[in-house]
Amino acid sequence: MKTRYMYLLMLPGILFLTVFMIIPIVLTIGTTFTDGSGITLDGYLTFLKDRYFLDILFTTLRVSLLTTLICIILGFPAAYYISKLGGRMKAVLLLLTIFPLLTSSVVRSFSWMIIIGRNGLLNKMLLGMGIIHEPLDILYTPTAIIIGLVHLFLPLLIVSLVGVMENIQHDLLEAAESLGASKAIVFLKVVLPLCVPGLVIGSILVFVGSFTAYTTPALLGGKQRVISTFMYQNAITLNDWQVASIVATIMIVITFAVIACMNALARKLNPKG
Amino acid sequence: MQMNRGLAFFTFLVFLFLLGPLLIISVTSFEGGSVLKFPPEHLSFKWYLNIFDVQMFISTFKTSIIVSLMGNLFALVLGIPAAYALSRFDFKGKKLLDAVFISPILIPGIVLGFSFLRYIVGTYQLPIYTALFIGHTIIMLPFIIRVISSSLSNFDFSIEEAAESLGASKVKTFFIVVLPNIKSGILAAVMIAFLESFNNVDISVFMTGPGISTFPIQMLTYVENYFDPTIAAISVLLMVITAFFMFMVERLMGLSYFTKR
Repeated sequence: MKTRYMYLLMLPGILFLTVFMIIPIVLTIGTTFTDGSGITLDGYLTFLKDRYFLDILFTTLRVSLLTTLICIILGFPAAYYISKLGGRMKAVLLLLTIFPLLTSSVVRSFSWMIIIGRNGLLNKMLLGMGIIHEPLDILYTPTAIIIGLVHLFLPLLIVSLVGVMENIQHDLLEAAESLGASKAIVFLKVVLPLCVPGLVIGSILVFVGSFTAYTTPALLGGKQRVISTFMYQNAITLNDWQVASIVATIMIVITFAVIACMNALARKLNPKG
Repeated sequence: MQMNRGLAFFTFLVFLFLLGPLLIISVTSFEGGSVLKFPPEHLSFKWYLNIFDVQMFISTFKTSIIVSLMGNLFALVLGIPAAYALSRFDFKGKKLLDAVFISPILIPGIVLGFSFLRYIVGTYQLPIYTALFIGHTIIMLPFIIRVISSSLSNFDFSIEEAAESLGASKVKTFFIVVLPNIKSGILAAVMIAFLESFNNVDISVFMTGPGISTFPIQMLTYVENYFDPTIAAISVLLMVITAFFMFMVERLMGLSYFTKR
């Protein structure tokens, strides 16, 4: 009796998601395997032979991977510092981390156009200081996309890490030190393994976010296409819904494969978590 | 101690990277000339006034507000009962249903947008405005459910049982006992979901038609054509709204929601 009542509470939401999300997505994926007369993989085969598309796919993967690595390198120490702070200072830094997270991606990407453009702030500063003699062409390159994506997703990694780091008990660290472990060993053997769940979730969010981001590459990438802008171009500009559906399916498959791999990795590194 | 100071400096640089661009864009919004400059040469508010001269900004702002509010309302109607069921009981298939409700976050936004265009506008033949509203409801739903669940996890369900044992019906108990206790969680959920929807590009970018567009999409279109400080001025206004909402969320339920996964 009780069970039936609970399912009833979720029914409207489930129905809504099924009709307006699950069915459209399943249909989108489904159409990529037919050519109108029967089941075929031709769509995918032409794709996997297309140098232009492979180039876009690998650029996107490389950009997302680099973004994730840079976010970890920048975010891990910052999160560690924040988590060790107490009271007010910690609250302030958390507020300052979450604020950009809630700010429009258009605003954040646009702010980088002012900085890294040919006549932008960075070039003016470097030229002024005599470090370079020709303005750098950063805007509209994969580097610009990476800078924008790191700015977009770094807060996400920091808050994920602060979440797990807060729960590390300091008695544990003191115990390890009193047993003779050096600070470095304590960090490697105690702190790091306990951070794995946050690191995995944070990295998934950053990688998947970067891999599928649209606004930042659209504004900072110029002619440099990534997989999401390529899909948009096919769907809207070229009106080729079949190609767009194939690209959409590839995006879904890679997204879920990455999530599954990272979760498996997390289980291996942290069997209890 | 030495290491801590190094770490503090590193953290300072990270925050400089995160907040510097937002500060720079704010300062450039006061440039009086016609080109974005940092630092601005003549101070002026003229680009703030220009926002109100561009008719499309006004109309898309209205569209965005209406779509976000309507979608929010609908997401609450669908999400509150679901959040309640998911946090109150243990049952078969809970993990799966939980995953279904969170899935709009995991599926690439741009893929969601395209499938809406192809099937909700294309096959189901719903008007673009309705499709826009449905799409935004779907992306708000996970945020509503997650924030309200986190609020419910602090609620002591024995109070509910007490009310029921005193003779209140399930429905009455929910409205008189449960709902008032999670009021601040619901408000926080509404604000977070509103920001998610209001800032959304991935889905909205497919849902534009004759005379229909949303605010962020209009901003993107504007940036493609002009490089004047209007967008900087808009950015400042949006940041003020964001800061206000964040302040409210912090007051209502603290920032723990963001660090909990």
